[in-house]
Amino acid sequence: MAQAQMRKPVECGVPDHMQYLHPTLRNNYGNWKYHDRPRPGVLHHVSKSGEEVWTVRAGTQRQMDVYTIRKLCDIADKFAEGHVRFTIRSNMEFMVADEKKVAPLIAELEKNGFPVGGTGNSVSMIAHTQGWLHCDIPGTDASGVVKALMDELYEEFIHEEMPNRVRLSTSCCEINCGGQADIAIVIQHTKPPKINHDLVANVCERPAVVARCPVAAIRPALVNGKPSLEVDEKKCICCGACFPPCPPMQINDPEHSKLAIWVGGKNSNARIKPQFMKMVAAGLPNNAPRWPEVAAVVKNILRVYKEDARPWERMADWIERIGWPRFFEKTNLPFTKYLIDDWRGARSNLNASTHIRF
Amino acid sequence: MAKKPYDTPNLDQLESGPWPSFVTGLKRLAKDKDYVVDVLGHLEHSYKTRKGYWKGGTVGVFGYGGGVIPRFTEIKDDKEQPVFKDAAEFHTLRIMPPAGMHYNTDILRKFCDIWEKHGSGLIAFHGQSGDIMMQGCTTENVQKAFDEINELGFDLGGAGPAVRTSMACVGHARCEQSCYDEGKGLRTIVNNFLDDIHRPALPYKFKFKFSGCPNDCMNSIQRSDMAIIGTWRDNIQTDAALAKKWFAKHGMNELVNDVVGMCPTRAIQLKEIKDVRKDANISSVAVNDSQALEIDNKDCVRCMHCINVMTGALAPGNDRGATILVGGKRTLKIGDLMGTVVVPFMKLKTDEDYEKLLDLAKRTVDFFAENALEHERTGEMIERIGLVNFLEGIEVEVDPNMVSAPRTNPYVRMDDWDAEVAKVNAKKAAA
Repeated sequence: MAQAQMRKPVECGVPDHMQYLHPTLRNNYGNWKYHDRPRPGVLHHVSKSGEEVWTVRAGTQRQMDVYTIRKLCDIADKFAEGHVRFTIRSNMEFMVADEKKVAPLIAELEKNGFPVGGTGNSVSMIAHTQGWLHCDIPGTDASGVVKALMDELYEEFIHEEMPNRVRLSTSCCEINCGGQADIAIVIQHTKPPKINHDLVANVCERPAVVARCPVAAIRPALVNGKPSLEVDEKKCICCGACFPPCPPMQINDPEHSKLAIWVGGKNSNARIKPQFMKMVAAGLPNNAPRWPEVAAVVKNILRVYKEDARPWERMADWIERIGWPRFFEKTNLPFTKYLIDDWRGARSNLNASTHIRF
Repeated sequence: MAKKPYDTPNLDQLESGPWPSFVTGLKRLAKDKDYVVDVLGHLEHSYKTRKGYWKGGTVGVFGYGGGVIPRFTEIKDDKEQPVFKDAAEFHTLRIMPPAGMHYNTDILRKFCDIWEKHGSGLIAFHGQSGDIMMQGCTTENVQKAFDEINELGFDLGGAGPAVRTSMACVGHARCEQSCYDEGKGLRTIVNNFLDDIHRPALPYKFKFKFSGCPNDCMNSIQRSDMAIIGTWRDNIQTDAALAKKWFAKHGMNELVNDVVGMCPTRAIQLKEIKDVRKDANISSVAVNDSQALEIDNKDCVRCMHCINVMTGALAPGNDRGATILVGGKRTLKIGDLMGTVVVPFMKLKTDEDYEKLLDLAKRTVDFFAENALEHERTGEMIERIGLVNFLEGIEVEVDPNMVSAPRTNPYVRMDDWDAEVAKVNAKKAAA
């Protein structure tokens, strides 16, 4: 098609959200007074004007076919005045101004297979990424891992029985697009990249790849007479940073790309400051389609947290109280030498005190 | 009717169980679309071999340099032809959502119709940067789909070394903790960076995120180069009726253990009503006929805990705005970085206030564009050049709220100490 016939984009940016708000939300914009939770999956907000709104939260599969979206729209049209919103964890929220609509809305969602929950002290939907379905560098799948895990954690989604909210994420490589979480499942490669030297010169911008390596393990080399790259395998930390800019440096391996479990990440400033999550388990097999070994570790950590943490303690608050030795003892996870940080700034993660719990 | 589906024994196992199944959704689409039949075959192959098979490339829309994520299959036969030929191209369009991710069903149904016609029919609400992800489109159809989506008033998001799509929490729309108009903040900034979103030309990505209070529901402190997190300067507000209602339901043990005992700076005390201090910095509220909570707002760090527990009984103050933190990102390549404070408080009420926020954003992105190395994020740049050089670059004065503690080593040249002291004193005198 000739360029003259191409439509010029309207560079409109982010649309005005006010046009999509439920009328009660629009009327009370910036004027809310308080909220409570009448039951799991339902929020009740009261405005300073006295108006009230009930929100019903339902879990979705995130990667939704148009039939699923249309079904959710049908439900919103029938019960929620045709308005919805999504949470950051891909839950769909239906707002109703009439409390009488709450129960039938929940019944309709459940009848159609959408779990109602994810509020308050529940395990909400797992933040995740694209995985094998769409990503160009994934070590594992995303939607599948999440489906398998949420099947296992379903009861914790529809109830509010945890000490505080629990946020989970999964990530298909060490870039960790799923993000920090109370419990995060992240690919951890254990072998250096396998290099296809026939392709490197044509596909990769070699100086950029050299610069990408965090431990300076990559250097230009002539292999079989062709310009390529080589990796000092003793230095390599198998992070996979070279793979995106240079796909012939294949880091993913069906056997040696393992899964690691991290705990205690938290963005909220409530109580202790925001925390990075810490690695507590690794070496778990990438066992599609249901990743049972990963599910077992996650469920075990959740069980111990649920039994042992006090009300309002997030995973990080709880571990701060009981200490890391007892975390490993209670969860029966092995504390190995690999869990002692040796990256830059690592000494700040060492115990510079005699604070020891006996 | 589409062609015959492949056997997908692995994916089939993801159809059982109580959580909604994306596989079941894909199979519904595959009934009518050869495209999705092959997408399922492609994904099953990944499950069987435990590897991914998409590679990137260059696909875009007329007039823009980014916003489409190209994907071409790498599963080829011995003649180098795609094994799943109907899904040889599986591109994604990133579409920027409204702030707070509010929709009406009319717009969602229109998205569905467009994507059923031009794409796979699979839409992810939302990607980790906040985009509506229209997943699965051929190169030929990318422009057609975008044109129709664009006509609805929606625009492509960011990809590559660009300002990226942003997110705001529900905030003002439905949350009593909201300390500024998150949607207004988002649109003020993002819609002034459209050129940097649509035509990637920065050293690397730059993300803004908007959370209305320190609970930071948008995870902005760890996931954005510039986090705008709502807060307040004056005293916590109280409501006696709601406080008594809370106490009647929860009792003294919970009040002591869950509220008073968990304050990170010990700013809350339980007192006899008659003993409550009357200072200007004190908030207090009675919980029964004899006892009250006393909060010393000078000690409070606005962490939100007590307000979360006793919502409505305690509430953010009236003098509201945001704390602005810069440089958050996940681990590659120098290790995790939290955003750190560059503006302890910026009032966000009037249009002029929001213009000041935009101005700071512009200065920050300009400095980043000129000073970051290729593939270096803002936080990594600050780590390399030091916070003070960054602050001078964006014309922001130092403030003790920017550090957890002053320097612990003597390794610094301090020739101009006296001049700096004079500056600080002059500023104090002028205030």
